Amino acid sequence: MSTLKSTLDTTGPEYAAYREAMLAKLDELEAEHAKAVAGGGEKYTARHRERGKLLVRERIELLLDEDAPFLELSPLAGWGSDFRVGASVVTGIGVVSGVECMIIGNDPTVRGGASNPWTTRKIFRAADIALENRLPVINLVESGGADLPTQKEIFIPGGRLFRDLTRLSAAGIPTVALVFGNSTAGGAYVPGMSDYVVMIEERSKVFLGGPPLVKMATGEESDDEALGGAAMHARVSGLADYLARDEPDALRLGRRIVARLNWRKHGPAPAPATEPRYDPEELLGVVPEGLKVPFDPREVLARVVDGSEFDEFKPEYGNSLVTGWARVHGYPVGVLANARGILFSEESQKAAQFIQLANQTDTPLLFLHNTTGYMVGRDYEQGGIIKHGAMMINAVSNSKVPHLSVLIGASYGAGHYGMCGRAYDPRFLFAWPSAKSAVMGPQQLAGVLSIVARAAAESRGQPFDEAADTAMREAVEAQVEAESLPMFLSGRLYDDGVIDPRDTRTVLGLCLSAIHNNPVRGAQFDGTGFGVFRM
Amino acid sequence: MRLELIENLLVANRGEIALRVFRTCRDSGIGTVAVYSDADAGSPHVVAADAAVRLPGSAPADTYLRGDLIVKAATEAGADAVHPGYGFLSENAAFARAVLDAGLTWVGPGPEAIETMGSKVESKRRMAEAGVPVLPELDPDRVTEADLPVLVKASAGGGGRGMRIVRSLDGLAEAVEGAGAEAASAFGDPTVFCERYLETGRHIEVQVLADTHGTVWAVGERECSIQRRHQKVVEEAPSPLVDPAMRERLFTAARQAASAIGYVGAGTVEFLATADGEFFFLEMNTRLQVEHPVTECVTGLDLVALQLSVAEGAPLPPEPPQWTGHAIEVRLYAEDPTAGWRPQSGTLHAFAVPGVAAEFAVPARYGLRLDSGVTGGSVVGVHYDPMLAKVIAWGPDRAATARTLASALARARIHGVVTNRDLLVNVLRHPAFLAGETDTAFLGRHGLDTLAAPLAGERAVRLSALAAALAEAAHNRASATVLGGLPAGWRNVPSAPQRKAYAAGGAEYEVRYRHTRSGLRAEGHPEVALVAAHPDRVVLEVAGVRRTFDVGRYPGLVAVDSPLGPVSLTPLPRFTDPDAAVAAGSLLAPMPGTVVRVAVSAGDRVRAGEPLLWLEAMKMEHRIAAPADGVVTDLPVTAGQQVEQGAVLAVVSGSEERE
Repeated sequence: MSTLKSTLDTTGPEYAAYREAMLAKLDELEAEHAKAVAGGGEKYTARHRERGKLLVRERIELLLDEDAPFLELSPLAGWGSDFRVGASVVTGIGVVSGVECMIIGNDPTVRGGASNPWTTRKIFRAADIALENRLPVINLVESGGADLPTQKEIFIPGGRLFRDLTRLSAAGIPTVALVFGNSTAGGAYVPGMSDYVVMIEERSKVFLGGPPLVKMATGEESDDEALGGAAMHARVSGLADYLARDEPDALRLGRRIVARLNWRKHGPAPAPATEPRYDPEELLGVVPEGLKVPFDPREVLARVVDGSEFDEFKPEYGNSLVTGWARVHGYPVGVLANARGILFSEESQKAAQFIQLANQTDTPLLFLHNTTGYMVGRDYEQGGIIKHGAMMINAVSNSKVPHLSVLIGASYGAGHYGMCGRAYDPRFLFAWPSAKSAVMGPQQLAGVLSIVARAAAESRGQPFDEAADTAMREAVEAQVEAESLPMFLSGRLYDDGVIDPRDTRTVLGLCLSAIHNNPVRGAQFDGTGFGVFRM
Repeated sequence: MRLELIENLLVANRGEIALRVFRTCRDSGIGTVAVYSDADAGSPHVVAADAAVRLPGSAPADTYLRGDLIVKAATEAGADAVHPGYGFLSENAAFARAVLDAGLTWVGPGPEAIETMGSKVESKRRMAEAGVPVLPELDPDRVTEADLPVLVKASAGGGGRGMRIVRSLDGLAEAVEGAGAEAASAFGDPTVFCERYLETGRHIEVQVLADTHGTVWAVGERECSIQRRHQKVVEEAPSPLVDPAMRERLFTAARQAASAIGYVGAGTVEFLATADGEFFFLEMNTRLQVEHPVTECVTGLDLVALQLSVAEGAPLPPEPPQWTGHAIEVRLYAEDPTAGWRPQSGTLHAFAVPGVAAEFAVPARYGLRLDSGVTGGSVVGVHYDPMLAKVIAWGPDRAATARTLASALARARIHGVVTNRDLLVNVLRHPAFLAGETDTAFLGRHGLDTLAAPLAGERAVRLSALAAALAEAAHNRASATVLGGLPAGWRNVPSAPQRKAYAAGGAEYEVRYRHTRSGLRAEGHPEVALVAAHPDRVVLEVAGVRRTFDVGRYPGLVAVDSPLGPVSLTPLPRFTDPDAAVAAGSLLAPMPGTVVRVAVSAGDRVRAGEPLLWLEAMKMEHRIAAPADGVVTDLPVTAGQQVEQGAVLAVVSGSEERE
């Protein structure tokens, strides 16, 4: 057992400066989160309350076990778009009657809870997480259906919403719908496709077509209650399994339904956990502002993993990438963390070998990103950097153990892929406010464009407009910088959320626990294939 | 002289007195036999005895009042002597006779003495003859306005049962009838008599002890003036009223009383005294008294050991010992002083008095004595007297003793049942009590508003509710099956605090809190920081001062103890099950009991205040009256039916609904 020794100088000016920069970013993040919490704003919130209804987060708070944690996912969905931050839906993992569940709740204060393109993407992501990690799904339904002006972007892909529900059910993952209000037209298929449905007296309305549409379609005179009232569905159609008296009663019934799922996690239970020896508060001062200076990821691990204990693998080889074994909240993990940004051939091969070892022992992997990419240059190309990078990407792609990615610093170029970026389907991916991700750094990208333009001008024999080039470089730099920031990426659902560095251990512990609802198995090392390749 | 040594003693009683007698038996090497009703099958006195014999049933009339069964039990269990304790059959001459007839030793006075003193009318006559001062008896039929107020008493009574104060002549007949009925049910003898009622008197009694060789001790006096419903609440020795001259007169009268009837064993001669030292014979209790420990403390005697010794035929030393210090006893009852002293029942989840130096025995030096019939987990039932325990302090002087006792009571952990604890502490700390101004009107004069006020003030309740919520949160985390190691109530996007609500004293206390990175944030408690939270203990720093709160969590109850005062909280559920809701207009049983009589039928029209039915619990009849004019729409109970607390007894709907 090896205990990490921190050399972080928490009294120095650098630490103070880094910390201040991080706190400033956290303030910005908090302001954006507050927008999501504010939902449709004061006017619509007040109107909702006047109707005697609970806000979506109040519903979730009542649904959850008292004092249990709740990890909200994709809270910044829709950031930087024309839609409200949060995308009119709240998704997250919380404990209900002792069971980790995926909770999906429409926010009816935002355009009546209507779905826009970000809403559906956020719900798809939640459904993926539920399916991969075997989390029962609880839908808190109150939505006016599709946001009609954007129907072209959601109607066709949006069908997945209902497909996912029944596929979850088919995979043995129960789905529960608590219907708080309207769930009409396509929305009617959320309760329609759920295993358990609770409706609320005089509140829930579930029908394919309301009275005007029915009148238009068939000439039949009808009313809401007869077409889709809760009492009708509970007593006549049978669409509702439970008839709740009011909102709290519906949440009570939802909790009872989950209590009776007799849920059993299939993954191994965690070992007893000890807190890190170093204060997670100090994570605020680890990452250099601007990411120009490399930092030791062991300083992060010392404040995240159980007991600050870390058994490093191959410490003397390819040491721009740190690999080793640790535990987080009692769950074993293999860690891959960039140490000095660049991935060379040695680092790539070390990673490929380490990923195979983790698969051999069914150990989940944690990737801590701070990479500027694979090394370029003659010597490296001739040394086979493409082959070696490919080995690492191959190993990451075909690894079967659960992966967790945290972007703590840079995550540029193919390095983002090799370190299990979003496209490599980590079970969860979070970013620190200090993270940046793009095909390359903004200055490099602008510089490359400039060099290419200059070469083109030369080849055409035209004079090169230096002023225009400077303006172009500045504009491109600014754009790429903005588009590589975590809030922008989070808004586009390229991560599962931007987290406070001090919460890293808690977030990872919660995700690892969620992951262990399913068995944790690596790629097959069962005698039918090869052994671990020494590289 | 040949002594008949007792080898094996049956105690025909229950609770703390049985345990008290057993303690002496154990010290003397005497075997012990308990008897127990079904309700007491798991009680401490049964566990403590060498042998125990069941008395089938739970009602006293079926169990502890069944002399025949008890004598049979003694024979079967090989007992050679019977100690009656107090209450039940302790002053029943027929039982004493049955014990003696069975060839067993009776630890008590002879049946004739019991009979003489058992009749209040007869005893007063005999005492008057012997020169003991008495209040003249009045004939109920000849009571005039001038005699008022008068006291109607059951001749066979005791403990306040079958007793009525009459202040107007038109109430007299009803009082005589009621007292007679109560006496008949409690003692099997409806005889009552009247005497002048002294509005404010002082209850002074003298412990006597007489052997079979002619020695009669007046061991010392006790004052037991502070009473509720004619039952003693606070008792002390010596009395702050009695000076040496009065003491001499009291002791002489007590010895005269005992000698006049050839009394043998331990007994108590009770007097009613006026503030200027005049006193009248009330009655003689021919048994050990509940409050005997105060006398034991100041004299160092073991009165039960002396009872046994006298029963064995041994002589007393010529003189009783001198006194040392002051002793005060309080009776801790399961009752609610603010609700008409209504007896309480339920599970006593925890019972612990801090700093107890001795149990059922005199402490080696000044300190606390506890005589308790209950332990944590005991069930306080409806069948017997609701006294839980006696707490006795013995100290160098009265003020120090009162302080010790008040503090111990205030810090005691008593969870699950409402008690008179707060009242006792308030009495012991009251300036009038400390000044020795303790007459029988004490509680009435100072008022329950003051005396029964909770020890924990509003701020203490609010802090206790916060501590309860934090303890609950700690418990929730510790018992979580998943994610138990994560911070309590953690959110990456916080929107609302955790919420818990409690009811206490008719008010609702909502606690809203969040555990943040910089510590506890509790709404309405900006000055509070959390030092530590465990499921059973929470340490808060309140405006810079550390306070520790001990938290007991039980179904439907959170009991918080701290130096700020004990607080009982009822956790309010997050959700109400609609099935559990009760129809409006329902009258619920205020306590478990038996429906003795039903005056109405379903469909009857009733007026507000009209009695609908009577519920008997704790030997008292509780009238259930219509809350408003209306119609009895539901009446799910019948006479004789046993009901649980909270059971619907009747539903009265407003009359307009029917018309």
